[in-house]
Amino acid sequence: MKVLVAIKRVVDYNVKVRPRADATDVDLNNVKMSINPFCEIAVEEAVRLKEQGLANEIVVVSIGPQQAQEQLRTALALGADRALLVVTEDVLEPLAIAKCLKVLCDREQPDLVLMGKQSIDGDNNQTGQMLAALTGYPQGTFASKLELTGDNKAMVTREIDGGLQTLALNLPAIVTADLRLNEPRYASLPNIMKAKKKPLDTSTPDDLGVSITPRVKLLKVELPAQRAAGIKVADVEELMDKLKNEAKVI
Amino acid sequence: MSILIIAEHDNCDLRPSTLNSISAAQAIGGDIVVLVAGSDCAGVADKLSKVPGIKKVLLADNPVYSHHLAENMAPLVAEIAEGFSHVLAPASTTGKNLMPRVAALLDMQAISDISEVISPDTFKRPVYAGNVIATVQSSDEVKVLTVRSTAFEAAATEGGNATIEQISSVHNQDNCTFVGQELAVSERPELTSARIVVAGGRGMGSSEGFAMLEKLVDKLGAAMGASRAAVDAGFVPNDMQVGQTGKIVAPDLYFAVGISGAIQHLAGMKDSKVIVAINKDPEAPIFQVADYGLVGDLFELIPAIEAQL
Repeated sequence: MKVLVAIKRVVDYNVKVRPRADATDVDLNNVKMSINPFCEIAVEEAVRLKEQGLANEIVVVSIGPQQAQEQLRTALALGADRALLVVTEDVLEPLAIAKCLKVLCDREQPDLVLMGKQSIDGDNNQTGQMLAALTGYPQGTFASKLELTGDNKAMVTREIDGGLQTLALNLPAIVTADLRLNEPRYASLPNIMKAKKKPLDTSTPDDLGVSITPRVKLLKVELPAQRAAGIKVADVEELMDKLKNEAKVI
Repeated sequence: MSILIIAEHDNCDLRPSTLNSISAAQAIGGDIVVLVAGSDCAGVADKLSKVPGIKKVLLADNPVYSHHLAENMAPLVAEIAEGFSHVLAPASTTGKNLMPRVAALLDMQAISDISEVISPDTFKRPVYAGNVIATVQSSDEVKVLTVRSTAFEAAATEGGNATIEQISSVHNQDNCTFVGQELAVSERPELTSARIVVAGGRGMGSSEGFAMLEKLVDKLGAAMGASRAAVDAGFVPNDMQVGQTGKIVAPDLYFAVGISGAIQHLAGMKDSKVIVAINKDPEAPIFQVADYGLVGDLFELIPAIEAQL
């Protein structure tokens, strides 16, 4: 079974981003970049499938700048077999990414596509669902458990509002990872060295025949309205008095 | 302009988030049509027909839509969307699962989680875990949007008289089957629509700590929430998580008990009207957003508050 994992290079989750002075976008100069945490969980899930003997090849894909090679090398060090990078320096929207991935799915014919449920920069939560629409594959989004049942089906437990839902998807299918699907491992030094020799092919959206012209224009970015800090109360009596008589909420 | 809203419901009851999406549609302006797709869900369509400002309710009542699987719902919505300028749904797990699939079928770039309508093509939305608010303008013919419920008031539920129209179109993909679901059963109000929320964090120490908090929750008639730290520690189930990756809440009163106030958590609750923070660490960041802060041992303070109610 072949697994295709799509990953995204994003600002590291520890970085607190701020708008640029001219408010046209966030300031990403000299900030640390990493694999999107949800994508890392998707890579880990693929590696576990391979370790269990359920998958025999893991192809990791990214669409983005040349530097996304770093994140692809990380995924290779975690256990992916080969990498594909679709290089562009332009702004990418989920639909454009999904269209590039659709072409790669047609070429690679994976049995399973794993991705993160959303990236922590744009917070769109769209690409997996869009790829599912374009390929016609079923989708198991926000997955907290994935089980391949052997009859060419995947059982996916999804985190939904109010609880959990389980779906049986016919393969090929798209599964997007939620936080609790697994805990990703760290790449070992020998594996990082080995990853440098694994194949990494590059192409461009033009090579794939995909137009990535944006449909949505970013007009400005700003910090959210700040909440003014309130007061500290001395004791429970004062708190209850304030809630009853000042805020009038109880 | 004409706006199609995808109603969220469990075939019996309408989810309140639909009413927030209706308000967002009213802010955009235009004729509003609501689609109720499900199985034996005519009652939901009846309720929606009484919401003022709705022109028409479309009812697609068929077993294939009973679990709102995106595989069946997306082609239905894409088919109905023709001629509409906007398609909206709540930014719930159901809406987030469905709407990008609809958008891709229509070849439109969806906009997720809008928190403000600036004009019919321009919207605000949180990015970077709510650390930054982006203003974005769509050039697409159909704007496919999910709506952050806490950012819009709920529309009124009485006074309207919309017509109900049956939709007979059936889309049944056989590549996805519903197996089952486990929904938390609770007498308490639903977390995202409760008037009061009491949330506990790592400071609760254990599941037993949360059991103590439950007494306060029930006395207040509140919903119970938790920080990601408390969920990850296994004190409470996932569906109680408040934060950027969990539920977004904005109740009249929010108690943050033993919660330090990580940015992830704040992103999920900082629009609450009144915030009370109870923490033993006076430097905890939660106090920077709290209207009323109380420093001390929560295991003494919580029973004391409960005793005063």
